[in-house]
Amino acid sequence: MTAPSKTAHLLGQKVGMTRVYDENGISSPVTVIKIDPNTVTQLRTMEVDGYSAVQIGAGDIKARNSTMPLIGHDAKAGVAPRRKHAEFRLEDGAESGWELGQELTVSVFDDIKYVDVIGTSKGKGFAGGMKRWGFKGQLASHGVERKHRSPGSIGGHGNNAGKSGRIKKGKKMAGHMGAKQITARSLDVIRVDVENGILLVKGPVPGHYNAWVEVRPATRLYRPKAAKVANG
Amino acid sequence: MDTQKLIESINNESLKSDIPRFDVGDTINVHIRIVEGEKERVQVYQGTVILRKGRGIDENITVRRMVGEIGVEKTWPINSPLIAKFEVIRRGDARRAKLYFLRDRVGKSRRLRDRRRGMKHIEGMTTVHR
Repeated sequence: MTAPSKTAHLLGQKVGMTRVYDENGISSPVTVIKIDPNTVTQLRTMEVDGYSAVQIGAGDIKARNSTMPLIGHDAKAGVAPRRKHAEFRLEDGAESGWELGQELTVSVFDDIKYVDVIGTSKGKGFAGGMKRWGFKGQLASHGVERKHRSPGSIGGHGNNAGKSGRIKKGKKMAGHMGAKQITARSLDVIRVDVENGILLVKGPVPGHYNAWVEVRPATRLYRPKAAKVANG
Repeated sequence: MDTQKLIESINNESLKSDIPRFDVGDTINVHIRIVEGEKERVQVYQGTVILRKGRGIDENITVRRMVGEIGVEKTWPINSPLIAKFEVIRRGDARRAKLYFLRDRVGKSRRLRDRRRGMKHIEGMTTVHR
């Protein structure tokens, strides 16, 4: 759960990456995020849900591809079936400022300099220790045979890592990598194009092209960036 | 809108339409905008194009010149707003796509032959989009 938000979070789709030049001629790598108007599909209230939040929906979906419960849920808000839904918390009791069916466009980020983008990273499958955790692996020669990418020792019974005949939980080993939720924090907003529903943010964003991402105002900035903002 | 077209429409804002036709081996003048405080001036850098790679917004060139005894190579995205314009000085006959061999050449062998083949239809063409 994130801190209560005053500005809406929006759902959009990652389009791809390119570069843009600023007025000084400096090139920035940008990710293009397509954000069509989102609609408020439900309000969470203190009385009913015990907390205050706004649920938003985005993306068109054919009714026959949706489910009856979801169609009914969106119909209650008076909107056509939405493909994706997400929720963001408000201060307790602050939901009165929002109404069902309200449209939220990318213009909510007009005055915002930094955003967080939440998405699902690309799946890497079953990955070894070198790729997954940045282990160095073993030497290329000096007698190393068929173990060049192995993680090495995972601890014996004499040390803390593997005491009492078992390996500690959470030991970094090979395993499934990627395809989990990642938040790219404090990305610079390069451009907000309300007319076309496009948001340009600096740098990469988790997920494949056409992946759904949630964009919110940055909750906290990385220290160097925060210092830069503080110093103007 | 189709996603590729969407990205293209963003790229089109920065794409230049006034780039003269030139290729690897040609000698060109690159007019570089230099901002010093409030003032802006243009510096001309003349050299041989030894590399041209990438497409569209990502297209880059590397231009090599000799400053005294020292070889200097500069690389720019051709659509960078920091470049005011390109001028083609001489067409050179390059038989490679990357002229890295020029780095090892000394003296007269550093020069490239003038290009004569197939020039007829190039004359008069002002813009290039490969």
